[in-house]
Amino acid sequence: MCGDYEYCLYKPSEQGQANMRRAGFYILLLLVCIYCAGPLIWQFITSLKPDSELTKIPPLFTGSPTMIHYLSIFKGHPFLRIILNSAVVASSTTLFSLMIGSLCAFGLAKLRIRYKALILGFILSVSMFPPIATVSPLYIIIRALDLRDTWWALIITYTTFSLPLSVWILTNFFKEIPDEIYLSSRVDGCTPFQAFYRIILPLSAPAFLTTAILVFIFSWNEFLFALTFTSTTASRTIPVAVALFPGLHEIPWGDIAAASIIVTIPLVVLVLVFQRRITEGLTSGAVKG
Amino acid sequence: MKREGGNRFVLPALALLSVITIYPILYVIYLSAHRKLLIFNISRFIGFENYQFLLRDDRFWNALKNTFYFTGVSVSLELFLGLCIAILLNRPFRGKGLARAVMLIPWAIPTVVSARMWEWMYNTDFGLLNYLLGIKINWLGSPFWALNAAIFMDVWKTTPFVAILLIAGLQVIPGELYQAARVDGAGSWQIFRKITMPLLRPAILIVLLFRTLDAFRVFDAIYVLTGGGPANTTETLSVYAYKVLFQTLQFGYGSTLSVVVFLCVGIMSIVYINLLSRDRRI
Repeated sequence: MCGDYEYCLYKPSEQGQANMRRAGFYILLLLVCIYCAGPLIWQFITSLKPDSELTKIPPLFTGSPTMIHYLSIFKGHPFLRIILNSAVVASSTTLFSLMIGSLCAFGLAKLRIRYKALILGFILSVSMFPPIATVSPLYIIIRALDLRDTWWALIITYTTFSLPLSVWILTNFFKEIPDEIYLSSRVDGCTPFQAFYRIILPLSAPAFLTTAILVFIFSWNEFLFALTFTSTTASRTIPVAVALFPGLHEIPWGDIAAASIIVTIPLVVLVLVFQRRITEGLTSGAVKG
Repeated sequence: MKREGGNRFVLPALALLSVITIYPILYVIYLSAHRKLLIFNISRFIGFENYQFLLRDDRFWNALKNTFYFTGVSVSLELFLGLCIAILLNRPFRGKGLARAVMLIPWAIPTVVSARMWEWMYNTDFGLLNYLLGIKINWLGSPFWALNAAIFMDVWKTTPFVAILLIAGLQVIPGELYQAARVDGAGSWQIFRKITMPLLRPAILIVLLFRTLDAFRVFDAIYVLTGGGPANTTETLSVYAYKVLFQTLQFGYGSTLSVVVFLCVGIMSIVYINLLSRDRRI
């Protein structure tokens, strides 16, 4: 509609100019997209090259694409186990973070609690903590609890560090649900908890989805804690495996490229399917402040 | 109706946050006043000795300088490029969803993976970058280029994220303002300076807050891309602290470095939050 309206305003002689401008816009847009996706596409091309072609100049394309790197990372290394570790850690973290975070958000958004602003401020300030500042004591605690090199060490840590994000997004969402809906369910005899899971939860699916995606991506990608708390394939996650990729004599670029593509695929799918949700989640802080 | 037991809902989150973040922060301050060598089970109270050593430690000052350089340069570049992209894309066009998804890709890729990708593109002999530019620079091996190479990678990874936040900020600005300004004969640059910039200020401050804090604690990108080398020219505070903690296992001095990162980040967030709340009051 808006476009048509503008279109009518132009005199015929100006139409050519408008077309030029539109073409210019799409060229710039294309440049932005190449800039963003280029390195990943390049990594994909690299992953399909046989070793002999990796060092060829010009490097742009490959004449004989091969799956050899994809096969070799599963044959030579326990890559499957590492993907399992990442999947378990990221999904458990998402589950726990949503459970604990939504209870807290519900309390902050709908119930009478003293020092609400203080509590929310405290939770948000935790998101600014640099991980390096907590990693040494956490390592000592985890060692003392004998949780080194287990999924739990990562799940507990990630759940905690993702709580500010969950609480923030969900509190904002719950606040927008009218108080009357909650209060009337209380008049009907629901306890606060029943009101929460019978009335509020079903209404909040979109917010839960947004939060879940962001928390999942955070835990799937985290490196510092994973590097510190894991030591064998029993619990090592993908980022650690990619960072410490074994190379006997020289760096196995083809294998690394294949591994990068495999671990990035789930993220690219998430981004393509849920780009609107992710953008909403990321910007909910920026717009509302 | 009277007793809701609201506290019970908030308690699990608060308990977890206290045990996993607040207690460690207190603990790390305690550790920073000790000489603690994990392998020998040595732990001795030494007061401020670690901090005195810190002041004389050239490697610390070097890491501090690198961290500020990395943060300053990468955040300014990201803000500038992100603003350009945001202004370009802040209009209805076909394929908006797809464009947004493509822009989210660098943000969604694990930093470790993008570091590995860029490491390969930076390769002196066979890398894409030198081929496209027709030059032969040893990006990661030269003391001058290595830190800048890490910055380019960070700029690539987070500029789209900055752009997306700024687009959201631009969309809040009412379109009538622009129309009115145009009717009054204002040029594009004038409109940008007098309308866009002042109204975008809160969004820009939020972006700066997020990005500055993130860039200041940079670890993954540097650790994987260069490991702090060559000759510590890319070593940032987090990387140095990590090496002291887990490669030389000096938990006391490593914790001292961690405390410094924590204090810097704390001061910066207080400054930004003050700026933000002052904006809101106006």
